[in-house]
Amino acid sequence: MGLFDRFKTIREVHGAVKACGADPFGVKMDRIVSATEAVIEGRPTILCGSNNYLGLTFDADCVGAAQRATQEFGTGTTGSRIANGSYSCHKSLEIDLADFYGKKHCMVFTTGYQANLGAISTLVGPGDFVIIDADSHASIYDACKLGSATVIRFRHNDPVDLDKRLQRIANEPGNKLVVVEGIYSMLGDHAPLKEFVAVKKKHGAYLLVDEAHSMGVMGKTGRGLLEQEGVDADVDFVTGTFSKSMGAIGGFLVSDHPDFEILRVACRPYMFTASMPPSLVASVRASLAKLRAHPELMVRLWRNVDTLYHGLEAAGFKLGRQKGPVVALHINDPALAARAWHGLLQYGVYVNLALPPATPSGTALLRCSVCAAHTTEQLQRVTDVITKVGLELGIIRDVSVRIAAAE
Amino acid sequence: MGTAAIQSSLALTRDGIFVEIARLLERFRAGESAITSETVIAEDLTMDSLQVMDLMMELEDRFDVSIPLNLVPEIATVGQLADTIYASKTGA
Repeated sequence: MGLFDRFKTIREVHGAVKACGADPFGVKMDRIVSATEAVIEGRPTILCGSNNYLGLTFDADCVGAAQRATQEFGTGTTGSRIANGSYSCHKSLEIDLADFYGKKHCMVFTTGYQANLGAISTLVGPGDFVIIDADSHASIYDACKLGSATVIRFRHNDPVDLDKRLQRIANEPGNKLVVVEGIYSMLGDHAPLKEFVAVKKKHGAYLLVDEAHSMGVMGKTGRGLLEQEGVDADVDFVTGTFSKSMGAIGGFLVSDHPDFEILRVACRPYMFTASMPPSLVASVRASLAKLRAHPELMVRLWRNVDTLYHGLEAAGFKLGRQKGPVVALHINDPALAARAWHGLLQYGVYVNLALPPATPSGTALLRCSVCAAHTTEQLQRVTDVITKVGLELGIIRDVSVRIAAAE
Repeated sequence: MGTAAIQSSLALTRDGIFVEIARLLERFRAGESAITSETVIAEDLTMDSLQVMDLMMELEDRFDVSIPLNLVPEIATVGQLADTIYASKTGA
């Protein structure tokens, strides 16, 4: 058997997807014009799938901070925090984040993926339990594989189901860590966090919330779902990423746990990789400062969410139930979804194509993400193009036909 | 016979557990071949890895046991699955 023979099925599925006319997993952006525009295959394209929720990637203060840090500290750290030393800026960013979340401790990781990988694989060990939502991000599943705790999966966003599964292991002596996400990246739905907090308290479990898609998006000051639900103090650990609303790359873990600092010499995905480069640390600090000084960025984001969500809803698309900056269009047939995705690209609109098994319950999704920097005109154009393609491919029916059918 | 009655009558024996699993797997049967203890879950049935995880969840509820994800890679056949659940039920 050849080295890559076991990827036969993946190769076949990928081949079938590419038959739509382009490779959704190999899009090449020739030029990035702004937070909301790029040039793809020579065409000016509106970016509506970049998770760039606050639109800070081209913010003059953030870019300036990154440039100055590069001049002052160089292009990279060339090593890990434990072996090669922390730069003062790493510590400053950790202090900023701890302060933002009102927690005592913070660790910064090189990516958000590594933050989940490191936190979840290290917080619980042999004899312990990690209880994860069935629709968890790949980084959470991979963390479970890396760690040595016993892994239990509960039904997506279902506190009753979590309660039942914790009850089954109630007499087991190990620690229990429940892991949920603020906003789920595929459907854009969010966790019933108050209910989860009640269940974790009942069973004496710890709760970790991944706020990757909700930081800078939800809550009065942008701390995420835990702030919106008023459960800051009941969440034991928060992870997140700098690659969405913060417009860079990197990840973090914050907590009030008194023994937190031991993680720095126990957490392998923190210890054995090079640390964030100074330029990114500086731009993230500038982005966080911007969010704290200008919460109206989130107001603009949610106004744009309303525009896109209601526009697509009115056109007749089946959308995710909970409105938010991830707007997912359900399309039952993956091949049809791929053709629609390619059609949008040809009309100059970039969204994400999400296919099973990355999506829940075998659905294919055209996944849009909204940006605070989108103009009303851009969102109107996106809505018009998606509607046009949806009609051409028979995904939706003309409004007049639908009204006639309903009467 | 209701679900609860099925559970109480079948849950205690290893063969009873097998019969119930085979019944749940019926929808994933490929072609005419019957489901036996030797049926390989990942190869002989029409299930992808996500469906296997969802099946485990369904079985956890059917038999009121925990089947940790860590165990799943070690469960190749339907017979081994029945053994795993039987061991969990009886504390073996």
